[in-house]
Amino acid sequence: MNQTAKSVPVPPVKAGQPARRTKYASDTQGGGPGGGRPKFARPEKPLETLWRLAYYMKGHYYMLILGLLFAGLSSAGSVAANYLLKPILNALVYGGTMAKALPMIAGMAVIFLCSGLFQYVSSNLMVHLSQNTVHNLRRHLFDKLEDMPIQFFDTHNHGDLMSSFTNDVDNISQALDQSLVQIFTGAISFIGTFAMMLYLSPLLTLTVVAMLAVMLLLVKVITSRSARYFRAQQAELADLNGYIEEMTEGQKVIKVFNHEAEARRDFETKNEALRQASTNAQTFAVILMPIMGNLSYVQYGITAVLGAILAINGRMDIGTIGAYLQYTRSFSQPITQISNQFNMLIAALAGAERVFKIMDQPAEQDDGDVRRVTYQELTEAERQQLQATGWTPEQHNGKTPAFWRVPARADQPAAIRPIYGDIRLSDVSFGYVPGQTVLKHISLYARPGQKIAFVGSTGAGKTTITNLLNRFYDIREGEVLFDGIDIRRIRKSDLRQLLGMVLQDVHLFRGSIADNIRYGKLDATDEEIHQAARIANADTFIRHLPEGYNTVLTADGSNLSQGQRQLVSIARAAVADPLILILDEATSSIDTRTERLIELGMNRLMEGRTVFAIAHRLSTVRHSDAILVLEHGEIIERGEHDSLMAEKGRYYELNVGKAELD
Amino acid sequence: MSESAVAAAPLHQPASAPDKKSLLRRLLHFVPPYTKYAILSPILMIIEVMTDVYIPLLMRDIINVGIAQKDVSLVVTLGLKMLLSAVIGLFAGATSSRMGATAGFGFGANLRKAMYAKVQTFSFANLDRFSVPSLITRLTNDCNNLSQSGMMAVRMGFRAPFMLIFAFVMAFSVNRELAAILGLAIPVMGVLVFLIMKSAGPRFSQFQRRIDDLNAIVQENLTAIRIVKSFVRQPFEKQRFKKANDELRQAGLYAITLVIWMGPIMTLVMSVCMIAIIWFGGVGITTGRMQAGDIMSFLTYVTQILISLMMLSMLFLQFTRAKASADRVLEVIEADVDLTSPPDGLKTMKDGEVVFEHVSFRYPGNPGDSLSDINLRIQSGSTVGVIGSTGSAKTSLVQLIPRLYDVSAGAVKIGGVDVRKYDLRFLRDEVSVVLQKNTLFSGTLRENMQWGNPEASDQEIIRVLKLAQAWEFIKDLDGGLDAPVEQGGSNFSGGQRQRLCIARSLLKNPKVLILDDSTSAVDMATDAKLRYAFTHELPDLTIIIIAQRIASIADADEVIVLDDGRIDGVGRPEELLRSSQIYREVYESQQKGVIGE
Repeated sequence: MNQTAKSVPVPPVKAGQPARRTKYASDTQGGGPGGGRPKFARPEKPLETLWRLAYYMKGHYYMLILGLLFAGLSSAGSVAANYLLKPILNALVYGGTMAKALPMIAGMAVIFLCSGLFQYVSSNLMVHLSQNTVHNLRRHLFDKLEDMPIQFFDTHNHGDLMSSFTNDVDNISQALDQSLVQIFTGAISFIGTFAMMLYLSPLLTLTVVAMLAVMLLLVKVITSRSARYFRAQQAELADLNGYIEEMTEGQKVIKVFNHEAEARRDFETKNEALRQASTNAQTFAVILMPIMGNLSYVQYGITAVLGAILAINGRMDIGTIGAYLQYTRSFSQPITQISNQFNMLIAALAGAERVFKIMDQPAEQDDGDVRRVTYQELTEAERQQLQATGWTPEQHNGKTPAFWRVPARADQPAAIRPIYGDIRLSDVSFGYVPGQTVLKHISLYARPGQKIAFVGSTGAGKTTITNLLNRFYDIREGEVLFDGIDIRRIRKSDLRQLLGMVLQDVHLFRGSIADNIRYGKLDATDEEIHQAARIANADTFIRHLPEGYNTVLTADGSNLSQGQRQLVSIARAAVADPLILILDEATSSIDTRTERLIELGMNRLMEGRTVFAIAHRLSTVRHSDAILVLEHGEIIERGEHDSLMAEKGRYYELNVGKAELD
Repeated sequence: MSESAVAAAPLHQPASAPDKKSLLRRLLHFVPPYTKYAILSPILMIIEVMTDVYIPLLMRDIINVGIAQKDVSLVVTLGLKMLLSAVIGLFAGATSSRMGATAGFGFGANLRKAMYAKVQTFSFANLDRFSVPSLITRLTNDCNNLSQSGMMAVRMGFRAPFMLIFAFVMAFSVNRELAAILGLAIPVMGVLVFLIMKSAGPRFSQFQRRIDDLNAIVQENLTAIRIVKSFVRQPFEKQRFKKANDELRQAGLYAITLVIWMGPIMTLVMSVCMIAIIWFGGVGITTGRMQAGDIMSFLTYVTQILISLMMLSMLFLQFTRAKASADRVLEVIEADVDLTSPPDGLKTMKDGEVVFEHVSFRYPGNPGDSLSDINLRIQSGSTVGVIGSTGSAKTSLVQLIPRLYDVSAGAVKIGGVDVRKYDLRFLRDEVSVVLQKNTLFSGTLRENMQWGNPEASDQEIIRVLKLAQAWEFIKDLDGGLDAPVEQGGSNFSGGQRQRLCIARSLLKNPKVLILDDSTSAVDMATDAKLRYAFTHELPDLTIIIIAQRIASIADADEVIVLDDGRIDGVGRPEELLRSSQIYREVYESQQKGVIGE
């Protein structure tokens, strides 16, 4: 019983747990960290999903076919080898010499040998198939992900996306190298065994059929109850995990309020509920094995008795009994095997469906036809055309000139325009969700080199404006002009390379400090990197680190202080040398005195660039060329600091502390 | 710094005694009250194994004796014995499943309970050392893993070795010569399995590392997508992912192609055994020393033995993982709590005077002091501001007062008594801290407020809400005090959350109130009202305010300027403007946007 001869004990490699930020743990049905998925989800379109999955096996179909073929041959071999027991035993018992049995024993040995060989070949092929398939799948998924618009990332739970890369792909891989083969070989040995039994003794097989009916019924009853208990377990697990997450995050508050006893009491209630649910679920998960195994012994006993009686009456030989008994022993195994593997296959298909759902999201569109070109890339005709407009390199304030190459359109001829960084928003309205306008009729004008500041509460629409500038989102009404060109006509990659961003949440990558700065310009020399760090005022502290620029950042850069990490991100923006700079609360997580230290770096970075700065702290926006006060998506005040203070409006109130920014 | 002061500091005890006991014995401690199940489940399992190995023996007799002597009644008797065995096996096995699940998951629940209870006794230093995410993983994943392993231990952990031994003993009793074949095959198989598993270990660790690398890239791309997109680094990231993905495939193939040898090797060893048994058995039959039934029972024992070996190898893997989990869980349960309430701690406090005497402090595991030689006297009922750059140890300073951490040297005294002499619970009720990273919990407003005082009446709650300038936005809420609070208080604005947290702390009716940057999101006008209410309605309360905003401490009785763990200056704000350069810098950095007049 409990025959697991065919299942290879591959150690279950758990997908590394991604840092999960479940805000509401109870929302996720799965519960277990890294899970967060209903375990019993059924695929909606299993066949279509299977078909799509097949696409990722491209180039490896022969592996699938040969893998299944060899697996089939291997299990057919086992069934056949069993049959040889009959003539061998008969030859020995009734023949009385080894000579007659010898060729059959040799035949059995050959079959066994081939069977083992085929099994290895099949496993090897299927492992390669599965690894290559999920390799393709992962790569395609990631490539698709990279091409998704920002909106996709803003509207999808990152934990769920992560789980697709880990759990879903894992399940697919397991289904490919285990479930497929096991279902296939299970079916072959089931049919083969049944056929052989029927062939050996139709009479005995009648009892087998009766027992089979009982077994199938039990499997059905047990698996359906088990599914119910599992759902209950998942619910309790989610509840407890949610509690643990929330309370442990607030553990220090618990200490401060002497709240430990209450926390323990609530915890223990949930813990006990989970214990009971798990005990039920797990009982049913393992109970199938002893039941099926012993039922097959019941069958074994019946066969032995009936066979013996038939033999005593001379209606059956010993060889038949021997072979038949061997078949009885292995008859129930495929049922358990198929029932288990089928569930895994279903889970894998459900996972594949989620993966495909992500892939099916529309990618970010980029139909801009206006390109950025350097002077060297201009044609002679274009250069002349440019000279004719009275252009001189001096207009670029010492920066390397670059140009917009605007192709001809129906109403306009082709043109070449110098890139200055002149931004205009005229009557822009925008909402993330139709019907909810976040920005209303915004118009503003930033001349090259000007510094524009946005002030306003959270949700007033400050960040939204920057989202529109780099086309993370496209405007619905009005227009944004870059050097007089509608930004929707500009190729996104060209546009974004001109815009540098420094955000409040500093995101650094795994790797050294130098690697992180180089992210802004992949081919930057070490000298350029040091130069950028000097601009950001980061060079000194970096050199003081034991490993200097080669200091490797720990996960999300936690071995640097907040301020230092921000400086690295400023250096990263500096090395990219963008024409336009967007600072979204870039200094709000730094205290005012430290801010003064990096102010120098910031000022140097801003020099000669058009800057859009969003600031919570008013002291940082004072020197802007224009300050725009946003409220509920509208610009309610605009002007320089002094004039706004004189107006004694909202900006004034904020400054003197009469109003709250939040 | 005196010697005795250093000695008084709670040194981090190296984990000692528990390690001497074996892991298993330490874990056994968590089995009660499920001991009954943990013992019965293996016994039942062994009974099932006995029926498993007994049935082939009965079958042998049917063939060897029953058929040979044409004794139908013997055949039927033996058949009934077989049936009875199978039925006993079925019930024993099924009951063992139930009991195994009860024992395993009971054990897991006990561990989780003990661990959570331990975490509740943890000091801030303990919490820092383990870190919150790690504690969460240990409470969830590791405990789940141990529940599962506990169940496997009482079931498969007994099934596999007993099956191996019993089947071999039975085989031996049937025929010694044939048993010798098994005696040879078992060690061979055992060694092969062991060798494969042994070299698979490092390969799978490598595989796991590659998985982690790949996941890290995906995670980074999800959180930093705006950076990726704004630098137009999608091609770069795709390339980076491709490399990690290729390496992952390679590591996966390297690891898995090794373990798939297990199946064929097992088939092969089993085949060789079977052929050998048929061969030697055949010789035995033809020479009349053996009978057909012997061979057939032997074939069954071969299968049983080899399955046991496979099961043992799987158990080996499962327990290797479980050991890692057990170590992590026990590390928490057996951790030394480095800050405890003194026996018979004082439960009275004279007043709210706070004194620091030659206080030094370093975080456990840090090389340098965070605070060094701090001397301070904060008068009862006064309001004191603390100011300084990020990293100047403002938070460290105030956390010593309610003993969230203990001083490394010197002493902190409240009402003239060393804080380490007070009962800890009492001390923390008298010294109320509003932490910088404060949290509200899911529930109602009233439930959240009652953290401060479980018996507080609605009037009292409303009184403190008014003091904290929070009543104005609460009173209009649907449900008032019954209004729901979402996890983390996310349905309130930052400024509102801060005011609610302050109100909650006031409900303790403390002698000392510490506000650690607790009004940063509150507008200045409300902030001022709040401070006004405190000084006028709670005149006896000692208030210590850490602030970034100079305005928040401008009307304090005294301001402490901290710089890099040392006191840079103490005095009235206007004095500091002259005497402390740091204070002046902070002041000036915040005056730029403000018109004073």
